[in-house]
Amino acid sequence: MRDLAKDLPDALVRLLVVVAVMGCVGTLVFMLIPKSLKDVRIQRADAIKREQAKPVKFAGAHACADCHDQLYAKKNAGFHRDLSCETCHGASKAHTEDPAGVKPVIPKERQFCVLCHAYNPARPRGFPQINPAVHNPLKPCASCHNPHDPKPPTAPKECSACHGEIARMKAVSHHVALECTTCHQTPQQHKLTPRTVKPSKPQVRAFCGQCHAKGTGQPNGLAAKHLPKVDMATHGEKYVCWQCHYPHSPEVE
Amino acid sequence: MNTRRDFLRGLFTLLLTHGPIAGLLQFLPSRALANETANKKWYGFGISIDKCIGCARCVDACKTENDVPKEPFFFRTWVERYIIKKDGEVDVKAVDSRAATGSEAVPDRAILRNFFVPKLCNHCANPPCVQVCPVGATFQTEDGVVLVNADTCVGCRYCIQACPYGARYLNPETRTADKCTFCYHRISQDLLPACVEVCPTQARVFGDLNSEASVMTRFRRMNKIHVLKPGLNTEPKVYYADLDGEVR
Repeated sequence: MRDLAKDLPDALVRLLVVVAVMGCVGTLVFMLIPKSLKDVRIQRADAIKREQAKPVKFAGAHACADCHDQLYAKKNAGFHRDLSCETCHGASKAHTEDPAGVKPVIPKERQFCVLCHAYNPARPRGFPQINPAVHNPLKPCASCHNPHDPKPPTAPKECSACHGEIARMKAVSHHVALECTTCHQTPQQHKLTPRTVKPSKPQVRAFCGQCHAKGTGQPNGLAAKHLPKVDMATHGEKYVCWQCHYPHSPEVE
Repeated sequence: MNTRRDFLRGLFTLLLTHGPIAGLLQFLPSRALANETANKKWYGFGISIDKCIGCARCVDACKTENDVPKEPFFFRTWVERYIIKKDGEVDVKAVDSRAATGSEAVPDRAILRNFFVPKLCNHCANPPCVQVCPVGATFQTEDGVVLVNADTCVGCRYCIQACPYGARYLNPETRTADKCTFCYHRISQDLLPACVEVCPTQARVFGDLNSEASVMTRFRRMNKIHVLKPGLNTEPKVYYADLDGEVR
């Protein structure tokens, strides 16, 4: 054996030593570095586990009903039925775990309600909106409207009871000052059997012309500059007015 | 002599045929498998433009649920207001989640159309952010959610550049890329994402696209559906109902 080592050339022995050392170091490194640093699949599985372990802060739509069942039932019967309790009261998982210690927020100020209900032309037509500057300014919304069962403070007796979407649209339009009966003749029977007896609708261009034709006067003393006037003979004579202008929310220059 | 020739011929045939096949098997996308497995969930998101009132409760809830920095330029989800003016100009602004939106910027009569567009990560089936990540920190889970592994992310911002929807940001605290996870911690407990939870008009819906009876399946069946930037072939899984052609 000793002879064999002596017989080998020096260069080869040194090379074998180098190879052996590299092998040792390589094995050591391979064993020392944990698998999670080398395998991307392990890293991703860990990341998914970390992601899943994050704390939940919103308890969910039905969690509140366990204790607040009456309030929950009231909300679900009113116009706010589609809202989750946490839409207004904020993240409440902590409250479900420690009901006495952690209280959810109760937004009482006007600035909160107008996040949804301030007039904005981008909102869908018919969505209940107000102009916060003129709608009882400085008064908290909850003094007239119960947020768990929001309604107008007095029940509408007239058309808006059924045609609320049109009424709300008209309320923020140029025709806000007009009564429904200005354009629709409504027989009393319509309120009893709404589908068999129907209110009238304007049939002819001349109806709109009563106010909007050139040379007509000012109905009910409205400000003249806000009432658009057109020459009925040349202005869109091929069409009836409501093919271009929607009477409940007329858009005019 | 003949045996050596046979051996070499056999070896080369083996290398030429089995090598590529084995290689292909290695690199075939696991996505295709995940998509076809019947029992696997494959999550999607639906947004009804006509129902959104732009209250930005979703933005607020997302920031609370996921500890997104409060500054108004870090978002996992946000709501844009599109104003298409009569002169053809298109005005796009993010809705401020802390104050009521008004019409002050553009007078009503200069507006032709306007509406709100909620946005979030599209969780593309073919995500460009995953392709560009140099360290494999961004990946797609088996249920189709694109996640970021904050432990391996080096904060190089390639994915932020690559995302055609601007859905990613660099978290100033962790210095890693951050984005919508569909509230992965919530959906794995069968809860809804926080934004869907608080949406007052049900403009946002969430569910399993593979299920025959999920809210998402119904959403896609009952509405006219469009996705953002379909031409980029990213196959987004956030589906929009009644989306306007001006939306980018």
